[in-house]
Amino acid sequence: MVEQIPNINLAWLVPAFPLLGFLITGLANKRLKHNQAGIIASAMVLLSFLVSVILFFILRSSGQNEATITLFSWISIGGMNIPFAFLIDHLSLTMMLIVTGVGALIHIYSIGYMHDDERVNSFFAQMNLFTFSMLLLVMGANYLVLFIGWEGVGLCSYLLIGFWFKNPAYNYAARKAFVMNRIGDLGFILGIILLFFTFKTVTFSEIFAQALGFQAGAPVITLITLLLLVGAVGKSAQIPLFTWLPDAMAGPTPVSALIHAATMVTAGIYMIARSSILYNLAPFTLNVIIVIGLATAIIAALIGLKQNDIKKVLAYSTVSQLGYMFLALGLGAYSAGVFHVTTHAFFKALLFLGAGSVIHAMGGEQDIRKMGGLRKKMPLTYFTFLVATLAISGIPPFSGFFSKDLILSKAFEHSIILYILALGGALITCFYMFRLLYLVFFGEQRLAGAHPHESPKVMTIPLLILSVLSIFGGFLNIPSLFGGDSKFSTYLQSAVVSKAPEELSHSTEIGLILGSLVLLGLVIFFAYRTFVSKSFIPAKDGEPMSFFSKLIYNKFYIDEMYTAVFEKPFGYLSDFFYNKVENTVLDPVVDEIGFTTARVGTLLRKLQQGNMSFYLFAMVAGILLFIIFILIV
Amino acid sequence: MKEITSAIQLIPLQHYIILSVTLFSIGMMGVLFRRNIIAILMCLELMFNSANLLLAAFSAYHSDPSGQVFVFFIMIVAAAEVAVGLSIVVMMKRNVESVDINLLNRLKW
Repeated sequence: MVEQIPNINLAWLVPAFPLLGFLITGLANKRLKHNQAGIIASAMVLLSFLVSVILFFILRSSGQNEATITLFSWISIGGMNIPFAFLIDHLSLTMMLIVTGVGALIHIYSIGYMHDDERVNSFFAQMNLFTFSMLLLVMGANYLVLFIGWEGVGLCSYLLIGFWFKNPAYNYAARKAFVMNRIGDLGFILGIILLFFTFKTVTFSEIFAQALGFQAGAPVITLITLLLLVGAVGKSAQIPLFTWLPDAMAGPTPVSALIHAATMVTAGIYMIARSSILYNLAPFTLNVIIVIGLATAIIAALIGLKQNDIKKVLAYSTVSQLGYMFLALGLGAYSAGVFHVTTHAFFKALLFLGAGSVIHAMGGEQDIRKMGGLRKKMPLTYFTFLVATLAISGIPPFSGFFSKDLILSKAFEHSIILYILALGGALITCFYMFRLLYLVFFGEQRLAGAHPHESPKVMTIPLLILSVLSIFGGFLNIPSLFGGDSKFSTYLQSAVVSKAPEELSHSTEIGLILGSLVLLGLVIFFAYRTFVSKSFIPAKDGEPMSFFSKLIYNKFYIDEMYTAVFEKPFGYLSDFFYNKVENTVLDPVVDEIGFTTARVGTLLRKLQQGNMSFYLFAMVAGILLFIIFILIV
Repeated sequence: MKEITSAIQLIPLQHYIILSVTLFSIGMMGVLFRRNIIAILMCLELMFNSANLLLAAFSAYHSDPSGQVFVFFIMIVAAAEVAVGLSIVVMMKRNVESVDINLLNRLKW
């Protein structure tokens, strides 16, 4: 038994603050004054960020790598004992800091962004619940606590995507997100059940200790990891369950930032990284993850090329970046995946909040074909957006460079084809991000009658903080090539078992980086030529397009394919069951049972005539019959 | 006390049983077929007392006084029951101007 670290029990405060905030803003939502909720909610998340920071230092000074805080015994039946416990280790602390840190900035930003919404108080209640669920997810010490958070996050995403529920299309998007997540959750539940059957426990530490006794490639471990992967694919929006994420843009922009950057989609990555010991035992699953991740990264990036909605572009870029994280996980470089989660949280939150600022300024307009020339009107937003674009494109020394380069070099170690494909995806990412940047901020203003203005301070200050993080976040993990010591990866080592890195020689690495930089430079130049010098503007909706652009513009018809393959047949099946089975078989049978009972009742009530002699006679006859029966038998 | 017991034992036990069954049957028939509520109550008493008679007889033959004690209890209960029964009869007479139980047939579906 390891010695208890003093003050580590503070950990329960971390999820407690957002929960408290949810209860206050949720229950008193009618009584609070306009925007009071925002201040309470932001303060709560900020407080849990502070506690997380304190925990970070407590754990650091204690010299131990992890601590389990058991709040109470949750399920205790026979031999099964599942405590409601939190696990504080380097991985969960990293995630807690991201969730609460970036989450707090998004909350503060929302005070400004949602200022004019009439349901602003419920908005903040739901945001707090979202943060709370995500914290449960990353802090849980067993798969069941993780699962509560997992489902809570799913619920909150449904509520927040459908926040403006008066628009039926938004409701549809919310339902889609929920159903897609449920498909993944089914796999996840089955995975947990199988885990329990195999290991007789769901606690991380006990499972991982027992897993060491298994051979690599044991079928049961492969099955478990595949089932858990289904859950992760649903939550982290990978092929084939990624279509909900772009539709999730229906929610208010800060929600998109929260879903895409700090919470929700990173859950799948976190869960796989947390189960790294199991995944290391299943090489087959890792290969599946590589294929899924790479396919998602490239297909989503291709779709991003032709989107004209500012948020849709960002959504597909998230899907694509998540693909890179999956690629890293599949390569066994879990810490690289989590590092990309971290930097991605910074620059993607920045991108979304910047986009929100633009949308705010344009009075709700989201079509990038109608924007343009905002650079001079909104210098601060422009600057932060530029930083985020450079970061996501992987330009040194911005944070995205370090994390993406780490993944690319891991891909190179694995195989050169993988590297070329991943690099191709990165170049496409760079192109569509600069396309977005140029279309929105350069050239002439194309929307007549709009008067863009810089957003209020409550919105720009979070942008500035995030841009600082986006610039310097990469320095957390400076590879040895640049004289660093990969602090972040080393820090995670105690919690996440990455495969042993084969260090590339420095000359190869420099070659790779220089090569990719030249290519990135060419792409940026090409984008500049197209969208700034020639001021090319994407075609309007009705205009004819070449076959390939049409395919991309329509997102490879994946949504239509799902409709044809799943929705329609399911609809037909439901119709069949309704018309044939329900209406002609089940309904009449149930009705007949009721009618028969009523008819028998009508007959039997004749016996009840109120004549006392008859009752007495019946009673005596009954007793006599009874006696005779006893005597005979 | 001794004399009573020996006096009871002068008559064979079968005779008591036959008498008691006869009385019980008469009482039961009366309860079933009479319409006058007072007659029904009387027949009920008859059934009670046939049982009492049998209890007393067995008690004497077995030299066990508890049977006779039990008879006293039954008498007390019967007295209480008659008190209630007769008051119901009085109320019935006041309300329907009759003691015919076939008039009391309104409690039905």
